[in-house]
Amino acid sequence: MSLKKIQEIPYGKNVIELKNISLSFGGVKALTEVSFEVKRGEVFAIIGPNGAGKSSMLNVINGFYKPTSGKINFAGQERSQMEPELAAKSGIARTFQNIALFKGMSTLDNLMTGRLLKQKQNLFMQALYFGPAEKEETFHREQVEKVIDFLDLQSIRRTPVGSLPYGLQKRVELGRALAMEPEILLLDEPMAGMNVEEKQDMSRFVLTANHELKTTIVLIEHDMSVVMDISDRIVVLDYGKKIGSGKPEEIRKNKAVIDAYLGISDE
Amino acid sequence: MSVELLNFIETVLNGLMSGIMYSLVALGFVLIFKASGVFNFAQGVFALFAALTLVGFQTGQVPFSHLINELFGTKLHHWYPAIHSFLAIILTIITMVVLAWIIERLVLKHLVNQEPIILFMATIGLAFVLEGIGDLMWGSDVKVLDVGIPSGGSEWLENATIGLAKEGSEYYGMYIDVLNVWATIIAVILVTALALFSQYTKTGRALRAVADDHQAALSVGISLRTIWVLVWAISGFIAMVAGIMWGTESGVQFSLSLIALKALPVLILGGFTSIPGAIIGGLLIGVGEKLAEIYIGGLFDIGAIENWFAYFMALIFLLFRPQGLFGDKIIERV
Repeated sequence: MSLKKIQEIPYGKNVIELKNISLSFGGVKALTEVSFEVKRGEVFAIIGPNGAGKSSMLNVINGFYKPTSGKINFAGQERSQMEPELAAKSGIARTFQNIALFKGMSTLDNLMTGRLLKQKQNLFMQALYFGPAEKEETFHREQVEKVIDFLDLQSIRRTPVGSLPYGLQKRVELGRALAMEPEILLLDEPMAGMNVEEKQDMSRFVLTANHELKTTIVLIEHDMSVVMDISDRIVVLDYGKKIGSGKPEEIRKNKAVIDAYLGISDE
Repeated sequence: MSVELLNFIETVLNGLMSGIMYSLVALGFVLIFKASGVFNFAQGVFALFAALTLVGFQTGQVPFSHLINELFGTKLHHWYPAIHSFLAIILTIITMVVLAWIIERLVLKHLVNQEPIILFMATIGLAFVLEGIGDLMWGSDVKVLDVGIPSGGSEWLENATIGLAKEGSEYYGMYIDVLNVWATIIAVILVTALALFSQYTKTGRALRAVADDHQAALSVGISLRTIWVLVWAISGFIAMVAGIMWGTESGVQFSLSLIALKALPVLILGGFTSIPGAIIGGLLIGVGEKLAEIYIGGLFDIGAIENWFAYFMALIFLLFRPQGLFGDKIIERV
């Protein structure tokens, strides 16, 4: 349903518009009147110091948090909050800052959960595991194999992900999101805790997904050189407020942004 | 073989088979606990309710007949003669699925994200409500349940083992109830089917995903509520199987709901989050009780050790391995 809605939006036009989003937990204000928009097909970065409300912002987009006020216009439909299930059904996939994988399951099974929404066979047919149900499993297994090839996960196909090193877990999590064939991919610090080589790999995966699959990417990242390299546009948050937005070169020169990151400048 | 050894084998076999029954009840607990983090105190009442409903359908009893008769002065009791057990079982399964759906609607939905203790209290309430409804629907008399599972001692085994003892010794063969053998077979089929289902189908994967991480499950578009209904329905189904076994052995009576208490030590031994744990825990408790009854009891000349030995084992386990044999490790970070 809504997935089609995203696909109707031309590339370069707004697919998500956030209007005056505020979010508070009890007395703590996580976000105050934040507005920005994400265009279809771009790599959009949310940056800011720790505690700036970046993850809260992703959680609002994805429906884990319900904003206290403000509107979300998603694919042309305005609502005051999202639902995680609806977000997933509409083509939004995401990864988490603190990896949220199904730790007891193998890499393959983790990726297969990304295909759940695309599998249509009913419970009864599944239980019989016969004819159409079996064919469907095989088809989705093939799709998942493509993701495995793309992300170089062949050797850990059967390994329970809980026992994998951190960098690989991050990669499996990206794989699960990609297996959903999302229109929009929300990445919460996909490169945190990685070494330079792993970061390069990850940047390459993200850019390929963006270029070849035309997936819209919204990412949070602390590594400035990566952010400046791969993003088309950037929004900067500090203490829950938006302090700047624009193209990477504009952000580099933005005084408020430099202040937030390095302390108040002399001039 | 010496008679002592043969007796020992017989005790262990009987223990294993009664252990399977405990495993079945514990399995229902574990499934719900894993998927929704709820310790379902009503699991025993589920078994009772399922058994009552099964007998009711089988004999064609009119539900709530006492209530209706009292209110309207009618004389309803049965609306059709006995039907085939298979049909009655299907009807009972449907009832348990509807029950799971109602529970999700009326209870779980409103208590999402509450403290575990609140959910636990809710299931205690649920247990009493369900017991009351069961009483009101089908009456409180002890009912005979017979779905055609054979019972009684196995003559075959008796004859087969009688010659094993040394010649000249007094040995009359092993005694095993055929009902227990059937219970074992059915339990094995049930567990295998569940394992295959959860391993190779998309809904099975969704079940495992929800058990592993709620947030991640939501992010791939799994509906927690659908999964909860499904899990409670499966637990209801397992409760029905347990209810049939226990009901066939000792009649369908309200004390059936107390088997939930027998599942507690099983869970402590096996761990609350492990399906293999529930099965092995049940077997260990079953064997442990029977051995204790015969050997410790024989040593000190006391009886009825069976009734409390499971709890004793659970206490020992709590001292040395509180997370159970297969439970998630309790790690606290500071």
